[in-house]
This record gives sequence, structure tokens and C-alpha cells, in this order.
Amino acid sequence: MSTAATSAAPRYRQPTRRWTELGLLVTAYAVGVAAYIQVDLAVLGSVAEDTVPVLAVLAGLVLVLHGAVRLLARWADPVLVPAVLALNMLGLTMIHRLDLADARRAAQAGEPIPSPDVYTQLTWTTLGVVLFVAVLVVVRDHRVLQRYTYTFMLAGLVLLLLPLVPGIGATINGATLWIRIGALSFQPGELAKILLTIFFAGYLTVTRDSLAFVRTKILGVELPRGRDLGPLFVAWFVSLAVLVFERDLGTSLLFFGLFVTLLYIATQRRSWLVLGAVLFLSGAVFAWLAFGHVRLRVEIWLDPFADEASAGYQIVQSLYGLASGGMFGSGLGQGWPQLVPYAKSDFIISAFGEELGLIGLMAMLVLYAIVVERGLRTAVACRDVFGSLLAAGLSIVLALQVFIVVGGVTRLIPLTGLTTPFLSQGGSSLIANWIAIALLMRISDTARQPDDAVALEDAPTQVVRL
Amino acid sequence: MTRSVRRLAAVILVLLLALLANLTYLQFFAAADIRAKPGNTRTVLEEYNRERGPILLGSVPIASSVPTDDTLRYLRQYSRGPLYAPATGFYSIVYGATGIERTENSVLSGGDDRFIVDRMQQLFAGRGIKGGAVRLTLDPAAQEAAYRGLAGRTGAVVALDPRTGAILALASSPSFDPNKLSSHDPAAVRKAYAAYEADESQPMLNRPLVMTLPPGSTFKLVTAAAALESGDYTPSTVVPGPASLDLPNTSKDLKNWSGTACGPGGQTTLEDALAISCNTAFASIGLALGDDALRAQAEKFGFGTSFEVPLRAAASRFPEDPDLPQTAMSAIGQFDVSATALQMAMVSAAIANNGQVMEPSLVAQVLSPELEVLETAEPTAFGQAMSPANAAALLGMMVTVVQQGTGSNGAIPGVVVGGKTGTAQSAPGQPPHAWYVSVAPAGIPGQAEVAVAVVLQNGGGAAEVSGNKLAAPIARAVMEAVLR
Repeated sequence: MSTAATSAAPRYRQPTRRWTELGLLVTAYAVGVAAYIQVDLAVLGSVAEDTVPVLAVLAGLVLVLHGAVRLLARWADPVLVPAVLALNMLGLTMIHRLDLADARRAAQAGEPIPSPDVYTQLTWTTLGVVLFVAVLVVVRDHRVLQRYTYTFMLAGLVLLLLPLVPGIGATINGATLWIRIGALSFQPGELAKILLTIFFAGYLTVTRDSLAFVRTKILGVELPRGRDLGPLFVAWFVSLAVLVFERDLGTSLLFFGLFVTLLYIATQRRSWLVLGAVLFLSGAVFAWLAFGHVRLRVEIWLDPFADEASAGYQIVQSLYGLASGGMFGSGLGQGWPQLVPYAKSDFIISAFGEELGLIGLMAMLVLYAIVVERGLRTAVACRDVFGSLLAAGLSIVLALQVFIVVGGVTRLIPLTGLTTPFLSQGGSSLIANWIAIALLMRISDTARQPDDAVALEDAPTQVVRL
Repeated sequence: MTRSVRRLAAVILVLLLALLANLTYLQFFAAADIRAKPGNTRTVLEEYNRERGPILLGSVPIASSVPTDDTLRYLRQYSRGPLYAPATGFYSIVYGATGIERTENSVLSGGDDRFIVDRMQQLFAGRGIKGGAVRLTLDPAAQEAAYRGLAGRTGAVVALDPRTGAILALASSPSFDPNKLSSHDPAAVRKAYAAYEADESQPMLNRPLVMTLPPGSTFKLVTAAAALESGDYTPSTVVPGPASLDLPNTSKDLKNWSGTACGPGGQTTLEDALAISCNTAFASIGLALGDDALRAQAEKFGFGTSFEVPLRAAASRFPEDPDLPQTAMSAIGQFDVSATALQMAMVSAAIANNGQVMEPSLVAQVLSPELEVLETAEPTAFGQAMSPANAAALLGMMVTVVQQGTGSNGAIPGVVVGGKTGTAQSAPGQPPHAWYVSVAPAGIPGQAEVAVAVVLQNGGGAAEVSGNKLAAPIARAVMEAVLR
């Protein structure tokens, strides 16, 4: 692609790949449109009245995304946004599909037809895209974020613990994850995830040398100094607090996993992983001993069919859905995903497993893998430590979250309540993930920018190479 | 830092592979087991989500699935519910399926392996999976005649094609309406089922296949067959036929219905004994032949075998080890002899079919979802019950029964009909069971087109019970329906 080389620069310049991205975006959009329409045809026999407006809004969002990236992050990775768009549209498709099932059930029961959740999700998607653009506009250089390391920490912790504040915290399905102000409910933990990742990256950028090289020997084993262990314990305690007070196993696991992994990346010391594993296991044993709900989760995990009608109901329904989907799935709109509780949110993966089958789920997991791989590639390519750690951290959060939630609904690991990024119904999760992608795009833009381009933009009269 | 990120990427790859491996296990290797778990309502729902194939008579569906607006997308409907209920059975979300709905479920639901190509085509065409069709052997006119004949009575009718074993009529009365049990409203289904269960007349009992009753005098056909097969008897062999037979080892006597001897000097021929249904004659023949010979003959006709048509029929039975008086009673179809209507129809069919017993069958053809014939049932022989010569002789004796004997009401003008009546004692104080078995046309051995057995339980509620009076007209109507 030679478009980028039309400027006066005589040397080879890395292509921006924006046309590649456009091609991929159109492909992702086309797949989403096909899926959405297939749902209508399978369930209703014709295209629903509101389908065209929904798809038109999404087409607008595609243009906005592409335009924004062209203007604001022209060197950024061309695969991230299309992959995420495909997932987001599939999520909307499944929510729409379940809306139709809900409408049908309500009609049969003689109840009023509930307003479709897909509208809300589309609104959140739009807001997510707006925030994506806003992040690219506001954060012109990701290194700026490092200045506010401790502000992000504070904000992150406040958000994380906000649901515990009496009056605004709300407990839904046993987990205190939501805050509710008036009619609006929000899951602040999702946003805290991003803020704390920025904090971890900033903190480790500064302290990684002492964490990596200052060691003491205890009983012949090289260990970090006592005072360097502090932050690890803080992260551990906060995670446990989330588990104990908010009863949120998933978020707890996510934060601790993220911190330990970043610690390892920053220091290259495996001892942190060992320590982290020891702390995780002791925390797990403690939680198992101390909390009935954790024990119950584990028991359900070990034998979900033992109490199929009540405790194991959700996971068993999920397994039935997956099994009935089989290799090829029933086809969109032709299964019974509405039989699984929370099919639009926590269990959306089993809905896909049922209707798109093993093949479809594999494709979707590969999409996630592509996003994570691109994020990690960005981490490697980034020339500053903070950017690398941030890119790695954001990728790890995504990877861990997908693993915890998909592993949970497929009974690979005990079930925990986490949203499936970009797919699940829920605004907090959606906008937080779009912000995360915006940050990755920003870092990637910086990382892939040719040196002279940086220089030319920053100082057109003088090239200073360091 | 690159190295640790690469290691991390490897770990994430391992996590991804773990997810994929687990999903492959769930959705491929363990999928069938999980789907089959009893708590899986989805399996039922999925069955109802498909267009279940029809049960056909000729090209007319007697059971078909119609689209609905409710959660279960297809409703099973039976065009003539009670008439065909003994064959179709029902298809219930609460009680599962019975009858052909159960035995041919893999075809009707579309799950049968023979449909693999159709399934792939349907999948790629984006259409829902449709079930295949089952075509039954029933003759609508014969079934109608049988059911109408039984109206208001308690009883059963079976009609067979003697040459193939194809079941032409399978009627039970009183019957039930499978539509009521196949509704999508579980409460209504439970209520209807409970009402049928509470009904003393047992409408859900599949009488022609599972109700076994003493066959009475119709069993004399088996005794006569055993006599002919022994080589010691021909139709004209003189046999004792006293007014009363002293039962060995007891103080009791067996008397004829009429209270008189069956012939001059208490003697008669085998043919005449059958024609007037002489009890003392057949009891003494039975004693002469012995219980082993009688049992062996009965089993050659199918007694002791539980036929699958493919609905499972009850096995008819001849007592294991009767003493002499019991043997004498068994020879006239009393004591512990019990038979289904199906079995007695098979006896008369075999006599008309040169002694060859055919496996009874209700399914004529299996069809693909596009109604192409996939499989046509081949007539299968169960065995040779008697020699063709003896069968021809016995067939002639049956014709005599209708033309000159007790079975006159089975006669059809212009058609040679063979028959045998039976009026079997039931429990003390209860009216007897009225039987009639027949074949037509019976003029030429091996040419009969229909064999019928009719049984009215405890006379079906009539005041004066006899096989010829109550059961023969029904058999006649069924034969006429087939021959017309």
C-alpha cells in the first residue's frame, strides 16, 4: 500500500493499514447484518420493522469509528476495532434474538410486550463508540496518563468499593456489584478495571527495578524485600474485600490475576508468580472455609446435576444449551437459548453455543484471541515501559475475563458472575471495554508510528533523534 | 519485557486451548449424554419445535403436526382421534408417547439415521428439520366398520390380510381421544388423562393387542388343527359327542350348551362337531390328543409369543401343565386358555393361508420428509402351523360353520365365508365373552383377503350373549368393507 508514501519523505514508511481496517470493518459489519437478519427470518419469517433502523445506526457507528481512527490514530492496529465491532454486533444480535423470544412468551401469557433490550444495548454501544472517540481525542499521548497514576488508583478503589456505600449500592442475585441512582444502575467495577490497570502500569513502571532486583534471602530462597511486598498484599486484601463484601468471586479473581501477571511482566521475576499463586491458594482456601456461597459454588461446579432443580439450575441449563447446540448449532433463532437464565448477560456464551454450535463459539473465542494477541503485540512494540505495561494489562484483563466467564458457563472452572466483554447485555461493561480498546489503539498508534512521523508532527523544523 | 509478554501469550494460548477442549468435550463428545439427561426439557421442546412427520393411511394423514403460535411450535392433531387411537397412540408433553407415535418416533421426529441426507439438505436450506412419515396398513373402511360395530360396547376387532399379516383393522371400544392428551396445556392434559384413568371402562386399554380373554369355542379351531395334524383325524372322522362328558378324575360332567347329544347315538363327525360347536366332542378330542399336542399346536399359531406390530401385543397363553379335566376344558378354550383378538385373527388367517402364519404388522411404509418411500415392509412368515392340505380341510370346515352351523350371521351373499363362533364363560355371575373369527373369501385356499377376530368383553353389555348374534355381524361388516 503506497498511499502513505506520497508525502515528501524519501524513506520507506510503514503503511497505516487504514484501508485494511476499512475492509475488515465492512466485513465485520456484513457478518453482523447477516446474523441479525437471519434471526428475524428464523423467528419472525420476515425482517422486523425496527431492524433496518438498528442496522443503520450501526452503519453510522462504523463510519464514525473509521473516521475517528483515520483522524486521531492513523497508525494504530487495523484489526482491533473490526474484531471488537464483530463481537459487539453479535452481542446485539443475540440480545435481539432473545428479545423476540421474550416478546413471544409475553404475547402467549397475555402480558404486555417488554420493551426490547437491544435498544438499550444499542444506546450503550453508541455511548461506547463516543467514549472511544473521546479517549482518542483527549488522550493524544498515552504517557500523559502516567502522571495521574495515584489519582487513577484512588478513583479505581472508590469505584470498586462504591457499591458498598449504603443508599446507592444494590445487591442483585446475591452480588453487590451495582450502584443505583434513581432509575440508572451501573456496575462501577467494570470501569474500575480500566482505572486500576492504568494505576498498576504506572506504579510498576516506577517501582519495577526495585521490585526486580532488590532481594533478600530467607531460608536460602531469594525473595523480594518486605516493604516491596506491600503493594502485592494490598492488592490481595482488596481482592479479598471485594469477595467478602461484594460477594463477587469473578471480579476478585480478575483483579488479583491482573496484578500478579503485570508484576511478573514488569519484573521478569517468576518468584512473584509463585508468591501470587501461594496467596491465591491461601485466599481460595480461606474463602472456601469461611463462606458458604463459595463452598456452594464449588459444590455446584463439581456436580451440577446433584441439585439440578435449584442450586445447579443455571449451569445445568447452560450445559443443556451447549450440548443441544452440538457441533453446528441449531442456527440463529432456531434454538431455545431463552431457557438458560440470564441468557442475555452472564450466560450469553451458552446462547451462542446453542445456536451457532461448537464451530461458532470457536470462531468467537478466536476473535477474542485476536484482540488479546494484538494487544500483547502492541505491548511488545511499544517503546515506553508504561505503554507496554498498560497494553499488556488491558489485554490480560480481557483475556482473564473471557476465560473466567466462558470457563464458568462451560463448567471448566467454578461459575462466577462476570460479563462477557462486548457480548453481554450491560452498559458499564460495554463502555469500559470500548475505552480499553481506545487506549490500546492509542498505544498502538504511538508504537507503530514511524520515528520521523513523530518528529515531524512534534517539531516540524527540527528532527532530534535520541 | 518482550520475553515475559511472549511467555504470557503462551499461557493465554493454553487457557484458550483449555476452553476449546472443554467445549469440544461438551458439545461433541458428551453432547448426546447431556441431551439425554432426564431433566432436559429442551429435548422435548426441540421435538415440538420440529415439524413431526405424519402418520398416513394411503395419502391421508390420521396424525399430523400443525404450526401454532405458542412456545411449542407444532401441535399434534389426530383427524379421527378415537377411531385410530389404538394404532396412533398419543404424543404428550406430560406422558410421553404411545402407539406408533412411540415405536416409530425416530422416523416421525426426523432423528432416524436414514434421514441424514435430508437433514443436511434441510440444514443448508435453512429450513427446520422435518420428520419422516409412516404409512400404516390399516384399511379405512374396515377400521370404520369395526369401530362402528363396536359402538356402545366393550370389545375389540382385529382384521388381517392372511397373505401378508398386514393389519387392516385395529379397533378398541370404548376408545380415547389422543387430541386431548396431545394438547400443549399440561393442566388440560393431566385432567384428561386422569379422567381416562378413572374411567372403569378403561378407554386407554389397547384391547385388540393386550386384552387376553378365554377364546371359548373359537379355540376349537386350534384343537381341530391339532387333530388333523395328528394324522388320526379327517373332517369326516367320527368322534364321540355325548350330551354330557364325564370329566376324568372328577365327579363333574361337561355338558353341551343344548343339553343334548351332538348327533345320533352320541356320535358325530369332526366337521359337524365344529359346525354345531360341540363341546363334548372337542373336549374328548382334546383328551385323546393330550395337552402337549394342543399346546404345541397353539404355539405354532403364535400362542406364547409377544408380537411387536411394532406395538407390543400381549402373549396369548395355553396352560402350562393342566390335569385331564383341565385339558378337556382347555380344548374348548376355557380354563386358563386366554387369547388376544390379534391372536385369534392370526389363527383364522393361518388356516386361510395354507397353514402359514404371517407376522402381524401395522407399518406398511417408511417415508422421507419429502414423502419418498424409503422402506416398504416385507411380509414375514412366523411359521407353518399346519400342512396346506390340513389347512384347506379346516378352511372347508369353517365354511360349513357359516353355511350350516352356528356362524350363520357371518355370511355374505355371493362370497364364501368361513367362521367360528365363541361364547366364552368369564367370571361367575358375569356375562360371557362373545367371539367371532372369520375369513373371506374362503372358497379357494390361500386366496382369502381378510381374516377377522371380534371379541365383546362380557357380551359388551348386551342382555343375551352369543358370538353369532353379537360378534358375527361386526365381523361381517369388516369383511364386506375389505372386499368391497
